[in-house]
Amino acid sequence: MATVDLKDVRKVYPGGVEAVKGVSIAIPDKELCVLVGPSGCGKSTLLRMIAGLETISSGTCAIDGKVVNAVGPTERDIAMVFQNYALYPHMKVYDNMAYGLRNRGTPKDEIDSRVRSTAKVLELSHLLDRRPRELSGGQRQRVAMGRAIVRNPKVFLFDEPLSNLDAKLRGQMRVEIKNLQRSLGVTSVYVTHDQLEAMTLADILVVMNAGLVEQMGAPLDIYEKPASTFVASFIGAPPMNLLAIAAKPNSPVDTAEKVLANGEGLEISAPAHAATLGFRPEDADVISEGTTGSLKLSATVEAVEPVGAESFLYCAAAGGRIVVRVSGRAAAKPGDQLKVMVPAGKLHWFDSTGKRV
Amino acid sequence: MAEPKAPGSGHDKLMIGQSASGIYVAHAILILGLVIVAFPIYYTFVASTQTLQTILRPPLPLLPGSEFWNNYSEALFGGAGRLGGVGAGTLLWNTTVMALGIAVGKIVISILSAYAIVFFRFPFRMAIFWLIFITLMLPVEVRILPTYKVMVDLGLIDTYAGLIIPLIASATATLLFRQFFMTIPGELVEAARVDGAGPWRFFFDILLPLSRTNIAALFVILFIYGWTQYLWPLLVTNRNDMTTIVIALKKMVSFADADTQWHLVMVTAILAIVPPILVVVLMQRWFVRGLVDTEK
Repeated sequence: MATVDLKDVRKVYPGGVEAVKGVSIAIPDKELCVLVGPSGCGKSTLLRMIAGLETISSGTCAIDGKVVNAVGPTERDIAMVFQNYALYPHMKVYDNMAYGLRNRGTPKDEIDSRVRSTAKVLELSHLLDRRPRELSGGQRQRVAMGRAIVRNPKVFLFDEPLSNLDAKLRGQMRVEIKNLQRSLGVTSVYVTHDQLEAMTLADILVVMNAGLVEQMGAPLDIYEKPASTFVASFIGAPPMNLLAIAAKPNSPVDTAEKVLANGEGLEISAPAHAATLGFRPEDADVISEGTTGSLKLSATVEAVEPVGAESFLYCAAAGGRIVVRVSGRAAAKPGDQLKVMVPAGKLHWFDSTGKRV
Repeated sequence: MAEPKAPGSGHDKLMIGQSASGIYVAHAILILGLVIVAFPIYYTFVASTQTLQTILRPPLPLLPGSEFWNNYSEALFGGAGRLGGVGAGTLLWNTTVMALGIAVGKIVISILSAYAIVFFRFPFRMAIFWLIFITLMLPVEVRILPTYKVMVDLGLIDTYAGLIIPLIASATATLLFRQFFMTIPGELVEAARVDGAGPWRFFFDILLPLSRTNIAALFVILFIYGWTQYLWPLLVTNRNDMTTIVIALKKMVSFADADTQWHLVMVTAILAIVPPILVVVLMQRWFVRGLVDTEK
């Protein structure tokens, strides 16, 4: 199949806005790479540059080892699934799927067999004679997928394909996309702003912010070792708790003895240049008695969010706000005073620029 | 879609109360309006089935006379004396060619220019758009002298081309298609590009089918516009066998009442309104859809 290699890719719009500021990503064959980030971070622009729908201002994009900067979207042999599906409204499902093949001069009987077998895989066989407006959102999504799959391209590109579906359907389609991608073994790039989609789908997760790659790697590696406060707060739901810390008064800036924003001292030593400490909601425990070698905070419960299998306590603590996950039903009520403990090994430290220490 | 609405849904409610008397009053007003509009046309039809003598001796009967076949065959095939023996058949043919030429020509030109303006980036794109837009302010009457000169120089007087070409450029239709094209999502254009559709393929496979209700609505409007043209055909045609039915109607009427073959004038008037009515009736469904419905 194919690899996708981006080398220092930049996009500068005619107005001077730099949407993508030098991104290098290497996607190995058959892997699914998810680009995730807040809106305006350049992830969609990057995807569209891979598709050939946007020109590349500088840097190179190579598909299957061949630089395709000057190649049009048709010749790149890619297929794209759009956010609003972009099905041709006047064509039947069959023709929607067959259109790309026809334009490439595929013989009629081959088109027919490919459309029908793809429709079978996606359970669309009974819908082939319908028009897009007669389909539900989930079915349209499938047709859009079918249109991409039937072409058997080198690369699949997904532009937030699930964002128009309801939560339940989104969960189903997520699993389905992952299975399909794996069984077809097609290299894919998937853009989303949904961190759950990003975590569950990705072989390679790329977290983008303001036109740059913040962190790239396996999803769980990123979850466990976020490279910056941005990644820490973007990946994971609820996000990582971040508390500002400072050097103890009358101590050098790089002392290991730090205090929290409310002046309370940390009982454990911190890395010299740490300015922020972070911990995941699930790594915090509500305790009565403290153990040594861990971070202890006194917190006031502000809100309780029971989700079923777990509950989230939204608390004020140490001059900031934290979220603590407890399993099952929470005994705490708003207004309660709690002691929260986090083992030292579960703490993340970031310096004043937000980089991991 | 023309599905029947559920009873009681917003638009089906009568505007005047639900009482029986309200309904009668509403119907009475509507029927009165209909009579006022339809009566002159009916009276023209009645006159077209009488002999000239009956028409010239008022009062005109209110029921059709016995001369239907005589009058209509005389007008269609015999030719009117004042037109040098040109029959209404030739006139209808001329007018149909002109109206179809204008309607089809306008649609082709304007859909192509709107396509260029909306989907392509080329130098002076906006300047060209504004140039087209500004021509809205210049009706045919304003540019009639230079246009006439050009037609004379090109030797297009008394030709179908001379009748049609100067009326083809249409800012209104271009703007209409432009507005419609702008509602087509960018993703659709991109999907077609990824699917390997070049500019022509995209135009014929996607844009044209999506525009068909708009085209139909525009065709009806433009056909009638072309059919009822008066000033331009009057100027650009001299020969009686090249003129349109509207101009011919004018030529058939003499200052002296007795010199005018009123029965044939009436026949020609009826014949002149039949084709536009046919076009509207036959294309009504499409016409309404084009105005209210976008297939998305």
